[in-house]
Amino acid sequence: MGADSHRLPYYPGCTLKTRASNFEATALATARALGMDLVEIPRWNCCGTVFSLTDDDLIHHVGPVRNLIRVEQMNRDGLVDGETRLVTLCSMCFNTLKRANLRMRERPGDLETINEFMDTEDDYEGSVEVVHFLELLRDDGFAAVRDRVEIPLTGLKVAPYYGCMLLRPGGVGIDDPEEPTILDDLLSALGAEAVYNHYMKVCCGSYQAMHDKYAVAGLVHDILSHARAGGADAIATSCPLCAHNLDSGQREVKEMHPDFEEMPVFYFTELTALAFGLEPELSSDPHYVSREHLLKRRRLPVL
Amino acid sequence: MTDKIVISEENEEFLAKVSEISGQVITLCDQCGTCSGGCPMVTEMDLTPSQMMRMVQMGQREVLDSKAIWYCASCFTCTVRCPRGLDLSKVAEALRQITLRRAVDYIDINNFPKDDLARLPQIALVAGMRKFTG
Repeated sequence: MGADSHRLPYYPGCTLKTRASNFEATALATARALGMDLVEIPRWNCCGTVFSLTDDDLIHHVGPVRNLIRVEQMNRDGLVDGETRLVTLCSMCFNTLKRANLRMRERPGDLETINEFMDTEDDYEGSVEVVHFLELLRDDGFAAVRDRVEIPLTGLKVAPYYGCMLLRPGGVGIDDPEEPTILDDLLSALGAEAVYNHYMKVCCGSYQAMHDKYAVAGLVHDILSHARAGGADAIATSCPLCAHNLDSGQREVKEMHPDFEEMPVFYFTELTALAFGLEPELSSDPHYVSREHLLKRRRLPVL
Repeated sequence: MTDKIVISEENEEFLAKVSEISGQVITLCDQCGTCSGGCPMVTEMDLTPSQMMRMVQMGQREVLDSKAIWYCASCFTCTVRCPRGLDLSKVAEALRQITLRRAVDYIDINNFPKDDLARLPQIALVAGMRKFTG
């Protein structure tokens, strides 16, 4: 990366290192192309995936807070220079880390308890701001994204899928919880056509994938059918669990609705990398529904 | 004929317990039904979210036996829409926790179909274990 690239602390999370490794690879390449160097925080640990919703129990906030301590250490150690924004890609990591951080700010007594509990760690000072990569792109201006496009995604009709964790609850989400536009605006900057989907913020079923895959498939069917009815060729998301349910869940959707027409799923960074003409090293396509046919039909390079 | 509803001490204790774990003033719910109208999982549930709230208000422990509290996906749609500012996701979590804290799991991971397990990404496994096991 160039000497002038801006270094920011970055939290990957479990699935970005495994099933969603192409999400990470395309995001890091996109960031570099825009002059940002996402520096993985040393010795990160699981965020817990879901924010603990109980009022009387702090133990599930220990994991998230430990990651926030690492960000303050990165600043002290010179790995980043006065940069306390922690960048996330996975919507669930974003939500869990941000909410744990908010709870520590709003309830200093809780922070004191956790700092005492982790007596071998430095105290968390509360200086970190958890952000999602999408809001970083928006706040730097989507004009910069548009300027960087080499292969406009002309003719590609994509329904943005926001899901839950990017938007809710209010005060945590990165956009209006009822009428979000951030993904639409990004897709437009890439030259794609953002297709309105009434189901863009309806839950995909989330962790119910572990409880009742057919309940998930019912939601996936509704989300994708509405996207298709609006004219979409594909759907774009920022969450590895949404991506799994929306893609792999189509197997059960086909069982329940044999006439269902399958729809490819993309991470939004796969589309930025495509439009920027980047060729990051990717692992073989782990998707259930192939994207190759659609990309060839739209005369775009195949990821 | 008039039916008399008796709220026993046991009912009061149950309401107090759920209020304590969830941090929510559950008696504020006025049964408008907005939560049930927007819940993406309501078709899978044996109780609507507003019925769940009513049962907790009345201290009815049987709500713990419902499928509904386990079908909540913590999507926070009800949370952003409740006109009384209540966080129903926290109430559902409290109800699940009352069972899970007794080391009673809702799903049996040992008998989970191997093929399904292999398909699931880590993010689903960690989230599912957090929500369905103690």
